Amino acid sequence: MITFLGVPIQALFSQLLVGLINGSFYALLSLGLAIIFGLLNVINFCHGAMYMLGALLAWLMLEHLGIGYWPALIISPMMVGLFGMVIERTMIKRIAGLDPLYGLLLTFGLALIIQGVARNYFGVSGEPYEIPPQLTGGKNLGFMFLPNYRAWVVLVSVLICALTWFVTERTRLGSYLRAATENPLLVQAFGINVPQLITVTYGLGVGLAALAGVMAAPIYRVNPLMGADLIIVVFAVVVIGGMGSILGSIVTGFGLGVVEGLTKVYYPEASNTVVFVIMAIVLLVKPAGLFGRTT
Amino acid sequence: MRIASRLLALACLLPLAAMAEEKVVKIGVLNDMSGLYADLSGSGSVEAAKMAAEEFGNKVAGMPIQIVGADHQNKPDIGSGIATKWYDVDGVDAIVDVPNSGVALAVAKITADKNKVFIDSGAATSDLTGKACTPNTVHWTYDTWSLANGTGKAVVKAGGDTWFFLTADYAFGKALERDTRAVVEANGGKVLGSVLHPLNTADFSSFLLQAQASKAKIIGLANAGGDTINSIKSAAEFGIVQGGQKLAGLLVFITDIHALGLKTANGLQLTSAFYWDRDDKTRAWSKKFAARMNGRMPSMVQAGVYAGVLHYLKAVQALKSDQDGKAVVAKMKALPTDDPAFGKGTIRADGRKIHPMYLYEVKKPAESKGPWDYYKLVREIPASEAFRPLDQGECPLVAAKK
Repeated sequence: MITFLGVPIQALFSQLLVGLINGSFYALLSLGLAIIFGLLNVINFCHGAMYMLGALLAWLMLEHLGIGYWPALIISPMMVGLFGMVIERTMIKRIAGLDPLYGLLLTFGLALIIQGVARNYFGVSGEPYEIPPQLTGGKNLGFMFLPNYRAWVVLVSVLICALTWFVTERTRLGSYLRAATENPLLVQAFGINVPQLITVTYGLGVGLAALAGVMAAPIYRVNPLMGADLIIVVFAVVVIGGMGSILGSIVTGFGLGVVEGLTKVYYPEASNTVVFVIMAIVLLVKPAGLFGRTT
Repeated sequence: MRIASRLLALACLLPLAAMAEEKVVKIGVLNDMSGLYADLSGSGSVEAAKMAAEEFGNKVAGMPIQIVGADHQNKPDIGSGIATKWYDVDGVDAIVDVPNSGVALAVAKITADKNKVFIDSGAATSDLTGKACTPNTVHWTYDTWSLANGTGKAVVKAGGDTWFFLTADYAFGKALERDTRAVVEANGGKVLGSVLHPLNTADFSSFLLQAQASKAKIIGLANAGGDTINSIKSAAEFGIVQGGQKLAGLLVFITDIHALGLKTANGLQLTSAFYWDRDDKTRAWSKKFAARMNGRMPSMVQAGVYAGVLHYLKAVQALKSDQDGKAVVAKMKALPTDDPAFGKGTIRADGRKIHPMYLYEVKKPAESKGPWDYYKLVREIPASEAFRPLDQGECPLVAAKK
């Protein structure tokens, strides 16, 4: 058997693939965070709670209304997106222009409230959510068994990331967005409704988190704390990629998933901390992050 | 003037209030109210303790019974702080439940120092009645030795003679792996490897792929709560079971099965001290519990809190006093136990509560009649075999008796 640093090459391939799958979630979540930070200058700490809400809504719809996975994939992010817009309009807007610390505190408080309410009603063990019948089973790739659902997650994640990148970099809407990031006052002077743009952007960002939540529901449990566990890692991803950099968060998301997967082979005890070690190193060497601009 | 008279009245009342305070039997339920063990203990355990008090009419030997609860957040320093304050300031006479072995060992020591009573239901470590035993501790529901002995032995005897462990990387996981490893090897099995995973891991696919590559017949899950749930879920997805390997959950609670759903969990074997649907008595009690808990059936930990408090109150009644913790525990050991959740039993010199354990298998979805109808009995492990023999635990109390 061919080995690489003491690990059979087949095992290595399968770990790389598993890492890529986890990276998909990191990428989707950090993407939303990057967009929001880029335009609103808000460090959106309730991103994890929105991810959890997405999954919880999908479960509630299935349990009480009989609405399955496919409609939930659309409806749940839309509802969470709308909820996010309401929050932006009623709360986040009021602290615009203040120190980013205020935004962090506000969204952190919101996250605690949302998670606390969910925990009160649904407990902490979580609720089961089945994989949709079209995506059960899997393929034997020779070196590993790849569940169809995980393949689907990677596919959707790559597509969404590509689409988001395309919209922000190659369309007129994206150009408004980027311009408003640079100089909101000037863009407003050209007759573009910047407050509306900001509200929509926030809604889109948290909608992406909810989408990741619905996709995560069949893999993990639908659990009020699922976002709290993940959000810290995702923040590290955003910091490593460079705050506000969309491309940076996508590449770093997938990349760190792979690094984490490899750590699980060579030194599993460190798999929870490796991301933060990398973050510390990157901050020392390149404080703006791998893809960030130094201003 | 009016104020002065009110103050005077208040001053007259104060000594009375203080006197009344002394004559209360106060029981503190200390556990995880918000984290990964909140569903299997948490507020359900407080409710279970209240049910026991109500059976006494909330009064024992003329003293009113009061139940209080607190969250130790799975941190030994916070748990110790609450226990000390409860004993020194709030007049708590006994602490019950305390899942999380780390916190439980700390509370056991404080309880002995202050001569109060500690009835543990939630923690797993068998050291509570072994090296760390005290004359003030009763360990009610289960321990790592009984889990390893129940599930481990049954699985090896059924032909599962090669093992790979997924172990939670802290004291509890390592103790559970150690005890199970001993049972597997003593019964002629072999351990091919193990991997330590961090506590509270969301994705187990990497670890499971390593277990798969080991070609072991049995993948032993030496973890608990959310970690067990996630391991089992990923195993189903990656076709581990279809590939011919079997999972052995070494510590599985009914709340975990509820979270997993039968479609994923069916076929899993587990050892439990209590199941709500075991007989008429457990059913009757559990239905009362569920009516107070939004329809959630009790876990074995919650049943243990109920039974432990009930027996504690019997001892206090017999003694007519709750002042001397050592004397109360000695009385608890002298009295035979009898309650609807665990039936008849005894408490051993080292503080170990003795009752049968049960090896269950999780039902297939078609076999289940509805929510919480999850287990079928494989084997009853008689009380005489269910726990570590008295002379093997290295408990100083037992040595002193010889």
